[in-house]
Amino acid sequence: MASIAFAVLFAIIMKSFQNGVFNNLIKNVVGYYSGYVQIHQKGYWDEQVLDNCFALDNSLIKKLKQNPQINVIVPRLETFVLISKGNSTKGCMLVGTDAVKENELTQLKNKIIKGAYFQNREEVVILAEGLAKRINASVNDTIVLFGQGYHGVMAAGKFKIKGIVHLASPQMNDAFVYLPLSATQYYLSAENRLTSLSLGIDNPERMNAIVQNLQPSIGKNYEVMPWQEMMPEISNHIKADGFSFYIFSGILYLIIGFGLFGTILMMTVERMYEFGMLIAIGMKKSKLKMILLGETFLITLLGVVLGILLSMPSVIYLQEKPIRFSGEIAKAYEQFGFEALFPAEFDLRIFFTQSLIVLFMATLIGLYPLWFVSSLNPVNAMKK
Amino acid sequence: MRETVIDAHNLSKIYDEKTIPVYALNKVHLHISRGEFTAIKGPSGSGKTTLLNMLGGLDIPSEGFVEINGTNITALKGNELVDFRLNNIGFVFQSYNLIPVLTAKENIEFIMLLQKRPEKEREQRVLELLKQIGMEDKINKRPRELSGGQQQRVAVARALAPKPQFILADEPTANLDSVSAENLLDMMLKLNQEENMTFVFSTHDQRVINRARRVITLEDGKIVSDTAPTTVEHI
Repeated sequence: MASIAFAVLFAIIMKSFQNGVFNNLIKNVVGYYSGYVQIHQKGYWDEQVLDNCFALDNSLIKKLKQNPQINVIVPRLETFVLISKGNSTKGCMLVGTDAVKENELTQLKNKIIKGAYFQNREEVVILAEGLAKRINASVNDTIVLFGQGYHGVMAAGKFKIKGIVHLASPQMNDAFVYLPLSATQYYLSAENRLTSLSLGIDNPERMNAIVQNLQPSIGKNYEVMPWQEMMPEISNHIKADGFSFYIFSGILYLIIGFGLFGTILMMTVERMYEFGMLIAIGMKKSKLKMILLGETFLITLLGVVLGILLSMPSVIYLQEKPIRFSGEIAKAYEQFGFEALFPAEFDLRIFFTQSLIVLFMATLIGLYPLWFVSSLNPVNAMKK
Repeated sequence: MRETVIDAHNLSKIYDEKTIPVYALNKVHLHISRGEFTAIKGPSGSGKTTLLNMLGGLDIPSEGFVEINGTNITALKGNELVDFRLNNIGFVFQSYNLIPVLTAKENIEFIMLLQKRPEKEREQRVLELLKQIGMEDKINKRPRELSGGQQQRVAVARALAPKPQFILADEPTANLDSVSAENLLDMMLKLNQEENMTFVFSTHDQRVINRARRVITLEDGKIVSDTAPTTVEHI
């Protein structure tokens, strides 16, 4: 029973970790910036220049608001510019955004580590922590943004730093500058224009259906893109990791299988004398097999229940207090653009499916004693 | 003339028949009548247990056959043989072999459950047997709460429960101290005399040999001596 309980425990924890890590990765990348779905001017994603922006159309916003699964719409105007402070000049991504809606989608306000969050009417910037370090800037310093505006006009502006944010993705942390949308539109000479509408949705599992429904309703001038299309490297990573999970699962199930088989084998051999004696005194092998099958099923069922009961608090704990790597390991993860955080995900479906797999394996292995009894000779069984 | 219970004809058990044959039993003829109290003795490897296993239908002879009450059990197969054993032969083993999770009552009752006897009949028989072995007060004790001698008594009661034709006991006193062994022998002799129950033992134990009414000696798979059976007077 204990071996089955541990098998269920390991299988559930492994799958919960895998789902948790993937979802955290998606949440990091998607939730930190892109949203699950984005709407652009047709062709923008292939050629991400400011000239491919679109005029904000109220009827488009109205249509999006009619969809109850979309919980937030963030208008953005984004472009690459140069940022300067003193003698330091670096390339960066300027994100013009609605302060309130941005916070609803990405909780940007919560990521402020110095200074304060901006408001829509202000003409101040929020710098990502890495970028601030690169140009040696801090709160209340003034920076200069220099770049190309809409239709090739020169864009230059001086802005005070109101806050510094820490972004989990190292690439974003080294490159992002946030400016309120209206100030950005003015700075880039792109009044009432946007490069994207980022959408937050209630249930990420319904994302594909939302994308399919949106495209025909908003017309051919726009492109609707799920995060997997915008960030294929992340999507591919998850797919590849999903495949490696199957290999690891296979290895784990193999270990579990051998563990269970070892236990059943030992139990069967230990009881050989008893089986021999029962057959000798007149128990039919078919009856003995039925008893063993019942025993195995009951023990397996109890083991599975025990495994679920053991894994529940473990998964909840690891969800609330995820494993966070530090030092060199964390740096290695960050180099690949991932946060070195390993949370577990509490999902009842994981408990159900993993338990079912172990139950199936144990039942299959439980057939061994039946085969053993079938070929048992009571005289040999009772030899010491 | 007394009724023959066990009739073994020309029994042989040969191992490694194709290479160098080893005879565990070599052309043994044996007749055991109802009410006998027989000990089979002999040195280790003489074939005592093999003979007992064949008489009990647990092992198949290479040659010859065994008849129990006129039924050739060597010809029986599978469930037929199991049913025959269940209803006709009682087994007592050297190491008691009681089911540890069951009480004395349940251990005795277990074999009658296999016979699908009605509950009332089972209850009655268990009480009767516990009285016969002098353990009415231990009815709800589990094997670990009983001494070796008491466990072996329960094992004898279990063997008697299905009302078998005879009881085969493989070194029943081997694990018992002298007092327990004597008590067990007293009990079995009493059952033999009162119930006319046939007992066949394999044994090394001189105490059993001394009290047996017939002693068969085996050596190298052959019967080398067979004392004449003593008629049991019914009390």
